[in-house]
Amino acid sequence: MSPIVRPERAVAPAPAVPFRHRHLLGIEGLSAAEITEILDIADHYVELNRRGGAKSSLLRGRTMVNLFFESSTRTRTSFELAGKRLGADAINMSADGSSVKKGETLLDTAITLNAMHVDVLIVRHPESGAVKLLADKVNCIVMNGGDGQHEHPTQALLDALTIRRRKGRLQGLIVTICGDVLHSRVARSNIHLLNIMGARVRVVAPPTLLPGAIGRMGVEAFTDMKKGLADADIVMMLRLQNERMQGRYVPSTREYFRFFGLDYDKLGAAKPDALIMHPGPMNRGVEIDSEVADDFGRSVIQEQVEMGVAVRMACLDILTRALRSNTPPAEDAN
Amino acid sequence: MPGPNGRNPHSGAPAAATAYVNARIVDPASGLDIKGALVTEGGLVRDFGPALFKDSPPLALDVVDCQGKILAPGLVDMRVQLREPGEEHKETIATAAEAASAGGVTAMVCLPNTEPCIDDVAGVEFVARRAREARATKVFCYAAATLGAEGKELAEMGLLGEMGAIGFTDGIKALADSQVMRRILAYSRAFDALVLQHPEDPALARGAAMNEGETSMRLGLPGIPALAEVMMIERDLRLVEMTGARFHIMHVSTAEGVDAIRRAKARGLRITCDTAPPYFTLTENDIGEYRTFFKVSPPLRTERDREAVIAGLADGTIDAIASDHAPQDQDAKRVPFAQAEFGVVGLETLLPLSLALYQKGRMPLIDVLKKLTAAPAAILRLPLGRIAKGASADLVLFDPDRPWVVDAKRFKSKSKNSPFDEMPVQGKALRTIVAGRTLYEAAPA
Repeated sequence: MSPIVRPERAVAPAPAVPFRHRHLLGIEGLSAAEITEILDIADHYVELNRRGGAKSSLLRGRTMVNLFFESSTRTRTSFELAGKRLGADAINMSADGSSVKKGETLLDTAITLNAMHVDVLIVRHPESGAVKLLADKVNCIVMNGGDGQHEHPTQALLDALTIRRRKGRLQGLIVTICGDVLHSRVARSNIHLLNIMGARVRVVAPPTLLPGAIGRMGVEAFTDMKKGLADADIVMMLRLQNERMQGRYVPSTREYFRFFGLDYDKLGAAKPDALIMHPGPMNRGVEIDSEVADDFGRSVIQEQVEMGVAVRMACLDILTRALRSNTPPAEDAN
Repeated sequence: MPGPNGRNPHSGAPAAATAYVNARIVDPASGLDIKGALVTEGGLVRDFGPALFKDSPPLALDVVDCQGKILAPGLVDMRVQLREPGEEHKETIATAAEAASAGGVTAMVCLPNTEPCIDDVAGVEFVARRAREARATKVFCYAAATLGAEGKELAEMGLLGEMGAIGFTDGIKALADSQVMRRILAYSRAFDALVLQHPEDPALARGAAMNEGETSMRLGLPGIPALAEVMMIERDLRLVEMTGARFHIMHVSTAEGVDAIRRAKARGLRITCDTAPPYFTLTENDIGEYRTFFKVSPPLRTERDREAVIAGLADGTIDAIASDHAPQDQDAKRVPFAQAEFGVVGLETLLPLSLALYQKGRMPLIDVLKKLTAAPAAILRLPLGRIAKGASADLVLFDPDRPWVVDAKRFKSKSKNSPFDEMPVQGKALRTIVAGRTLYEAAPA
């Protein structure tokens, strides 16, 4: 159970392999080495954050904008914190208060941002592919904070970091993802990442919430939760994304909880030391029993939040490398 | 038994041991057709065979001399409307059970189209309790596939199944919305639940009263085209192919419908279907001058369709025969044809009308019986409809040849809306036994 503590370093470790991507739009397309590099650097930031106080000046004078077209608390805050801890000027733009609500198109928004000379843009958008569209049009580095039902790469990375620190590895672990897979970008990013890293991925959901072609993503699909949880090392619970549903996919929350909610009875099928994860926000009594969610020994839900900040710091660090080596920060910044 | 409504209704007082001697025992499930005897004890079949009691007559038992008549598994009627709760003036579970016993039916499955609709666990429990109180025919129920059978939001299939619902259907209403149907079929797979469909495109059937064709034209009645059935069947077959659900098509009535199912079965789809006596006995011409007792849903079709339904039964395309028992009172039927309610009572005529297929040489007797016993039980995954040691002693003793004339006035059913009234038929239930207990005995001929 003890976290794997990496040797402390004053600065982030030098990259073994160059990170090939300008943006972080998804997990799909990353290599195992690139993911490992992010996790290694994130480990370093976990220790830095735990020591507290010491604010890095890595991104001093750089501007980071959180552009969120969809409501978010933890992801936006986590990115903001990550940026600020690295010394960047982190600014939040929510769609509610912006010209987006006044009818500005996504491409107009991109032009506006270009004129403002933003360095890093974090985007969350309810439409799949919207982040990619924006990334093609802006001059800055773009990180995907979640696009529709497509990808949420930093969530998958923080989940991987949490698992790796607890279990020492990802390779060979049985990871069961339970719940609304159909509407979940978290599930898609996690499936990509875990497959790249050599874990065995399973999904459990009512058939209405499983994409028909799910087998093509390299996972085993189950509709019987106990069978899907048998011998699992990791149990990842997903929320029912009612806001993305057209009509009803499950009859009621009480039926959903009875057959697909994580309680001690169903959890009994997993390994005794299986970890319970949830990307949040949780709906207690729908997809997870309160007692299980709060189980001190097994639930790592709080730890996931901590890992989120470190992983986003690592991503910012890696993606801004080229920027930092090519151009000094603007003089008038700060 | 999967649910509370399947419990032995006589569990409080076990039936006395009874010997049925001098019987022709026919069990379609095993292909058995022998002369012999059968003993029931404690509600179960204890033993049977040709040699039983041959040398030593049964002692200390009730003895029933079957006089060479057929002792077969009791009929399993996979579709009835019981009208309780909500329309007790038309029928109750108790009166329907009496009608069932008079017709040789020992187990029946009711549709959820009651008032209120059976779409929650309380509804399933209600039927189970009323059936227990009636202490007669075994009653099972389907639950609505959607809330209120409105075709919109999924009902709690998992919880309803645990409570004893043995299938999911909106009953007399078709599940029309393709997206909803897709989800129902997909969702049912989590529980391997059976989904049953009334195959009729409601838009094509809206406001119509009978089969569309020459007769409806002459009568000046709005018609339901045969197409309404085959379109829905074809659509559903595609969705079943996509989802892999367990699917049953109720009361097939058209030649095209039978054809579509035959082809789908040949492709290996996991589907079953049934029909009801009106569809292999009557045609639209029998409506005559607006006789509302001949108004059924789906409507009576043409002679060509009737022949195709019989052919489907004979070649195995159609798996089962259900009564489609749909009690309606005078108020619902003594009105202009277009305003009349759909449906006919069927529990008390199911056996002779089905046996007509045998008497007219269209099917062997044992095959007809199979469609009324082992076949529906297998579709529903109920351990009924067979004669086996240790199986529940649900039996019917019947004379396949005895002629009689249907007299609706003497029906046990509360409603008398039978198009077969005054029709001469052959084949009569003489004794109906549920869990070893005789519930019905016919008056001597």
